Amino acid sequence: MPKLTIDGQEIEVDASMTVLQACEQAGVEIPRFCYHERLPLSGNCRMCLVEMERAPKPVASCCMPVGDGMVIHTNTDKVKKMREAVMEFLLINHPLDCPICDQGGECDLQDQAVGYGCGESRYKEEKRAVKDSYYGPLISTVMTRCIHCTRCVRFSSAIAGTSELGGTFRGEHLEIGTYVGNTIKSELSGNMIDLCPVGALTSLPYAFKARSWELKKTESIDVLDGLGAAIRVDARGGEVLRIVPRLNDDVNEEWLGDKSRFACDGLNRQRLDRPYVKKDGKLTPVSWDEAFAAIKAKVDGLDGSKIAALAGDLVDVEAMTALKDLLESLGSKNMDCRQEGSAMDPNVRASYIFNSTVSGIEEADAILIVGSNPRIESPVLNARIRKRYLDGGVKIGVVGPDADLTYKYEHIGADANALNDIASGSNAFADVLKGAEKPMIIVGAGALMRADGAAILAAAKAVADNCGLIKDGWNGFNVLQTSASRVGGLDIGFAPGEGGLDTQGILDACGDGKVEVLYLLGADGMEAAKLSDTFIIYQGHHGDSGAHLADVILPGAAYTEKNGTFVNTEGRVQRTSLAVFPPGAAKEDWAIIRALSGELGKTLPYDTLPDIRARMAEINSVFATTDEIQAAEWADFGTAGEINSKPLTSHIRNYYMTDPISRASETMAACTAELLGEGSETERTGTDG
Amino acid sequence: MLHDRDRIFKNIYGIHDTGVKGAMSRGDWDKTADLIKKGREWIVDEMKTSGLRGRGGAGFSTGMKWSFMPKESDGRPHYLVINADEGEPGTCKDREILRAEPQKLIEGALLASVGIGAHVSYVYIRGEFYREAEALQKAIDEAYAEGLIGKNACKSGYDFDMYIHMGAGAYICGEESALIESIEGKKGQPRLKPPFPANCGLYGCPTTVNNVESIAVVPEILRRGGSWFAGLGRENNAGTKLFCVSGNVNNPCTFEEEMGVPMKEMLEKHCGGIEGGWNNLKGVIPGGSSVPVMTKGQCDSALMDYDGLIEHGSGLGTAAVIVMDQSVDIVRAITRLSRFYMHESCGQCTPCREGTGWMWRMMERINEGNATIDEIDLLEDVTRRIEGHTICALGDAAAWPIQGLIKHFRGEMEAKILAKAGTKPAADAAE
Repeated sequence: MPKLTIDGQEIEVDASMTVLQACEQAGVEIPRFCYHERLPLSGNCRMCLVEMERAPKPVASCCMPVGDGMVIHTNTDKVKKMREAVMEFLLINHPLDCPICDQGGECDLQDQAVGYGCGESRYKEEKRAVKDSYYGPLISTVMTRCIHCTRCVRFSSAIAGTSELGGTFRGEHLEIGTYVGNTIKSELSGNMIDLCPVGALTSLPYAFKARSWELKKTESIDVLDGLGAAIRVDARGGEVLRIVPRLNDDVNEEWLGDKSRFACDGLNRQRLDRPYVKKDGKLTPVSWDEAFAAIKAKVDGLDGSKIAALAGDLVDVEAMTALKDLLESLGSKNMDCRQEGSAMDPNVRASYIFNSTVSGIEEADAILIVGSNPRIESPVLNARIRKRYLDGGVKIGVVGPDADLTYKYEHIGADANALNDIASGSNAFADVLKGAEKPMIIVGAGALMRADGAAILAAAKAVADNCGLIKDGWNGFNVLQTSASRVGGLDIGFAPGEGGLDTQGILDACGDGKVEVLYLLGADGMEAAKLSDTFIIYQGHHGDSGAHLADVILPGAAYTEKNGTFVNTEGRVQRTSLAVFPPGAAKEDWAIIRALSGELGKTLPYDTLPDIRARMAEINSVFATTDEIQAAEWADFGTAGEINSKPLTSHIRNYYMTDPISRASETMAACTAELLGEGSETERTGTDG
Repeated sequence: MLHDRDRIFKNIYGIHDTGVKGAMSRGDWDKTADLIKKGREWIVDEMKTSGLRGRGGAGFSTGMKWSFMPKESDGRPHYLVINADEGEPGTCKDREILRAEPQKLIEGALLASVGIGAHVSYVYIRGEFYREAEALQKAIDEAYAEGLIGKNACKSGYDFDMYIHMGAGAYICGEESALIESIEGKKGQPRLKPPFPANCGLYGCPTTVNNVESIAVVPEILRRGGSWFAGLGRENNAGTKLFCVSGNVNNPCTFEEEMGVPMKEMLEKHCGGIEGGWNNLKGVIPGGSSVPVMTKGQCDSALMDYDGLIEHGSGLGTAAVIVMDQSVDIVRAITRLSRFYMHESCGQCTPCREGTGWMWRMMERINEGNATIDEIDLLEDVTRRIEGHTICALGDAAAWPIQGLIKHFRGEMEAKILAKAGTKPAADAAE
């Protein structure tokens, strides 16, 4: 380990570090613009220059590898002057429009100008102005503010893998932009806004909505895909204005997908803010008491077997626990949280989680992706696979859609029967897996939603067993969940009990009249035809397709409005926090069910959040702790059988609209229309704004 | 003074046959196979002995540079890249080699490749040198046809291929790492060092980048021995060099001369002296536009080599001597150079991108007299804030001419400002 002297302080650091990192370790702050710890180095801003003894010139500390015996000075007059010089150069052509800049208050250039600048301008020439470019419906550009740090360029080429940005022209005419004026189509484009140290790239949907210091910032968890990225919800008054990622190296590092970031305007639209009861075929606003009374009138005296419940994609574990307990007390075992009818085995945890963990991707040396397009199912997780790919020494194979995943892979085929060939060793990829130290298989949720899902699950398990994916300290079997509530629901046992009906069974029974009451807990997208004679209770936060079927609507809280527990695809228990209160008469979901249970005379034995969480831990010990991963036991699952040769596809077609919140979002609608070219009713004209 | 017997470039004006036969008749390709068979180490040692310093401007020891290449290949190929992106204003020596002595370059490339363990060489020629690229391609084709390069080059058992890559005329692509980027098909922007090209250069492989002239003199050095070359010129400034003189001399030309020749003698012997006589001299930029200008007083005694010019606060650079007599408006001349550097800055790093434009605008104002005296100090300060703070040397190159101007010709700058102020109404001037 090399030893350095930094400002007279001796320090021993890892040999792979740079001088800047060593300085940080020594507690010495080095200002920087272009350097970002998760991006490739560029060394172009020159803000991090330090003095190094025996070097003829000052060195860019962000790019200089440490060496034994280096003597670094960061607090000399010379270094101070260098920093003032760089600040001055950056500011001469930077517009003084801070009062109308959305970056104001969280701008690196502002902060460092205060900390390291010389406080006055000596520049008397004309300033440069740059024409703005159009980057699409998510990113607002004011390119005159650009300081050419190229963070966005490097993000686009290295992390997102789409290489959509670059520099054109040279010298002071250098402009950062998209090639030939394209919009940015990456699903991770919002991260460029966070990376931009100045106000050149800012959020377009958030433009001029608020100043950063007015916002109440709440740390929470994203639920719009299965990854459970760490987020911060920024709200003012009762309105969520923006969502930005938080650091969590185990899950999302510091990235966030565009849907999770920009769908927040959907939280303010199409909300269910009061209970409704269908009277004479029309949904009529009512009080909570009336709504409960309508349910009581229907349910009272009904045999438990005629009641069923389905839980949707955005439901917290607390609500599912309460509903499960309520249904069981009513004598029903008909419940399922797999609303799309997927074949995951509720009894074997290893069959439905991402056992290798997300950070485990970085250790894998062979990856087989089955029936999934991770780029749209979980863009941040896909960026992790790309990161692993860029490190080299990994072989990636795909059985399923032949899509652009931003890394190279061997396309084995779209037919799931290839899994049997791999399991039996007749496909060459079997040898890749067998020869690998830490091989992994990633099964997409879509593959398990097919009628032959159980057979595909069994085939995937056979691959895991036969090709050495299960080893001491390594479980290479992974399911990529796309719904935030799925793992939690299976963990809490929101699944058919002994003799109970699963999703398909419930829907069939509704059609036959064997089930008379169906409780849809945030479950949308059901086939309306089969449910026409069923009494439907819809509890949720958006007037989406589920609410249209309902006889009674109970308005619940969205994920930013409650303290809810969610389990991500790797089985990590995480909690959202209340950032704003639910609108109108809406309530936290578990509390609604608890209140309903009282009306139905089956009062549930918990009154507070700690009480119900104690109940969750009682059902499954994983809920006793948060943010920890408990390895799941490997057991038998799946049902071997015939696999249909129909090509495997991802079940998500439109990344930007997968759930009630994103479907209600105007921003996501704009993305769908502009980036995917779908659903636009009229052509945009120049006057659209 | 150089004797004809020590002349390396015998056909630099293209008077004789420039084809391979003509070159062979002048001694090129003579027993090249024997030189190759003496092996890599011998070649590098001989180059070190010769004391040849890179002719592209920086003057780093060529033999030393070759010795930085990995001795054993780790599986990656080694590359020799020849820098024919001759763009330094005033410089026109590589052009002549490409036109008239291409076989020297090809033979040198073969020998240098043996010295660094490369089997492939790329010649990066600036876009404007279209005819020169044609000439070199013709020479390469001839060399292939003669079996001098290609498989089993010169029947030595060594395989060697040579390719031409045309640039698009950006000055910065003459910087070795920007040149590598450009060959790779990327935007020509200098790379950060470390890693140096010898470890990680073209396509991430060990690479040596040499100037055309450095490579073209290699065969002669190896044939006549490093000590012969070292015996010419002065200690640490060995050998002969192509000088290109332009500006106010009676006979601007490119010629080969021994290092360390006195500037005055050189200008008088080869160029017919300064227009209007030596006393009409105002200043000389001795090494291409990026080195500081020298005054007549300095030129009186300056010796034309690396150390000789450093003594006078300037540098040999590419040995492109730009002569300016008393008729030259030196402030305007340097303003023009300043604009050149603004135009050619790649825009990658902050001080150069923002500073070159700032400097040019101030120079422009000073040139027109629309400035104040203390702005000269501000300009000087800005040059100091760029110098040494950039990724590559273009920042230095942009700063030095202005520093030289302020140091030696501040009076002329002030005169312009005062002249303009004098014509202004009093109220304006007081501002």
